[in-house]
Amino acid sequence: MAAGLIRLAHGSGGLLTQELVHSLFVRTLGDEELSRLLDAAVLDHSSALQAGSRLAMTTDAYVVDPLEFPGGDIGKLAVCGTVNDLAATAAQPLWMSAAWILEEGLEIERLRRLVFSMKEAAAEAGIRLVTGDTKVVPHGLAGGAYIGAAGVGIIPPGRDVGPHRIQPGDAILVNGTLGDHGMAIMLLREGISMDTPIESDCAPLNGLVEALFEVGISVHCLRDATRGGVGAVLCELALQSGLGMIVHEEALPVREAVAAACEILGLDPLFVANEGKMVAFLPASEAERALAVWRAHPYGRGAALIGEVAPGKPIVRLRTTIGSERQVRLPAGELLPRIC
Amino acid sequence: MTMLGGERGEVLGQYRSAEACRGLVRSIERLADGLRTARFMEFCGGHTHAIMRHGLRGLLPPNIELLSGPGCPVCVTAQADVDRALAFARLEGVTVATFGDMVRVPGSGGSLQEARALGADVRVVYSPLDAVALARSLRSRQVVFLAVGFETTAPGVAAALLQARKEGLANFSVFSLLKATPPSMCAIAQAGEVRLDGVIGPGHVSTVIGAKAWEFLPRDYGIGCAVAGFEPTDILLGVLELLRMVRRREPAVANCYPRSVREGGNAIAQQLIAAAFQLVDVEWRGLGFIPASGLKLAPDLAEFDAEHRFALPKATGEQGAHTACRCGEVLRGVLEPPACPLFANACTPERPVGPCMVSSEGACAAYYELGAA
Repeated sequence: MAAGLIRLAHGSGGLLTQELVHSLFVRTLGDEELSRLLDAAVLDHSSALQAGSRLAMTTDAYVVDPLEFPGGDIGKLAVCGTVNDLAATAAQPLWMSAAWILEEGLEIERLRRLVFSMKEAAAEAGIRLVTGDTKVVPHGLAGGAYIGAAGVGIIPPGRDVGPHRIQPGDAILVNGTLGDHGMAIMLLREGISMDTPIESDCAPLNGLVEALFEVGISVHCLRDATRGGVGAVLCELALQSGLGMIVHEEALPVREAVAAACEILGLDPLFVANEGKMVAFLPASEAERALAVWRAHPYGRGAALIGEVAPGKPIVRLRTTIGSERQVRLPAGELLPRIC
Repeated sequence: MTMLGGERGEVLGQYRSAEACRGLVRSIERLADGLRTARFMEFCGGHTHAIMRHGLRGLLPPNIELLSGPGCPVCVTAQADVDRALAFARLEGVTVATFGDMVRVPGSGGSLQEARALGADVRVVYSPLDAVALARSLRSRQVVFLAVGFETTAPGVAAALLQARKEGLANFSVFSLLKATPPSMCAIAQAGEVRLDGVIGPGHVSTVIGAKAWEFLPRDYGIGCAVAGFEPTDILLGVLELLRMVRRREPAVANCYPRSVREGGNAIAQQLIAAAFQLVDVEWRGLGFIPASGLKLAPDLAEFDAEHRFALPKATGEQGAHTACRCGEVLRGVLEPPACPLFANACTPERPVGPCMVSSEGACAAYYELGAA
């Protein structure tokens, strides 16, 4: 297809739509099932399902602005978000869909880059993009492109993770530095540059999660710490499990540049978004082994033991570096920088 | 583009060292031993926030009380002014630009955030110069910058005004709710509602106006003032200095933030303020009208004064202040946030009744979000 811009006609269902679907989406993504262009993907699950296994399904919308950022773009983000949601239920991701809402005027070459990036991320995570959709909306309505994605995975027999399994005494682990994604986006939006550039941590974490199960760690709970950051995850899980949590400020892994940027904007890295961070709850006796497994994985090099589950009130307490203690609560509304 | 240094984290670490904090706390304990309760007001909301964030109260001996003061610009904005800000947002063809906290403050008829949801054009900016840039890119609209802040914010607004005049930007104007801080501290000391043994002076404001701006506190009211920074060791050092003054009965002004604050402050920033503003009597939430405490645009900048450019209905005083909200008392140091009947019940950061629960510098928000465990 000649270089150009997305026009409303690309969403009309006519020749232009067909051309876009064939020459851009199908050709770039290259999945066999997708290329059949049926109304629904028809999937053979016989090799994946065993007695006692369960299906996991998730859906998410991706609206990031800007579409491309250091460390990723909306295409990669949609795959990683879907994969990580599945991985957080201990599922092995298998299939996903992507519905693209394109804004009139989007450069077709840019779209091709985003779709290619989606394909690369999917290949890395081992998830197949088996069905999709494209719509075009008038200029000014979709910030370039939005993606609605859904994913299906299979939870092998014997795996049961969730807030109901969190126990007093459980160790709380995270696989690396906090707030990289949120801060990368915020600095880009605000036109602030750092001596050390901050890259989004956007990454598929199913391999990281599988690595724990492969060595037989009894994982109690997993949570993908995206919007609201690790802080929001802990506050939610305290309520859902009915247990208290203690976090050690000193143990929280935060990049120097992220810490500096947060300081200047008045934000707490604990509440800044991630796109490649998994919080894991597991027995304290297995924490060292789990840490070693994660640190040997490319997405877990900065893994840290950040706290533990305590009996008592379902609140999150932070032990500060200076030896005091305070409660961690969800911030209200948007994260806003302070004014003076 | 702004460049940020990379070594900031190491520098910060030094001011958050557990060992240094323990040493300061031990000195404070020695001086406080046997003393009747000493009550210090931290003027600045940034200090309240830092005190809560680092759990400093829990480290201090029980006979040292810290009270939060009026140093939160959004909080001290009078209800009538919030309502006028909303009125600007509702004008046809007007885009309102302001700092983040301001969009959530409830006025009598909703907040700017709610006005935005209903179609008003309200933009959050990080710097007054961003508002000038917005005016440049929105030539067909009038851009009104709601300037809320103290002497820290005023020089930036002054620079924006001077820039707009230089460019002849006819679609930019400022609604100034800027305020000068010493008059409010003076009003609190004068009212004598709370007995104060010392004041932790605002570090950022004093960087602009100078530590000597607080000399009236020991001179006229016998109250010591320690100007402090915002890291745990800065604040503990401020408390220690104030305790020394109490012990010796020698109230004075101590500059405990010399890495930022000079005796006479920042002359360039002061000149900018003097060039762009004139002091007028204005209303503060909770404190009433305070003489010569508001920074209104100077006469030769009147064409950029939003109040001058647009005809708004006359403000009718504290028309919205009929709720049980006790922000006024919180701002005067008379009431601790948890003692307000609305605190954490009817009033939360998600559904704030008063501004002290909204702003990141508001005492109620600090107590709510960072409360001791």
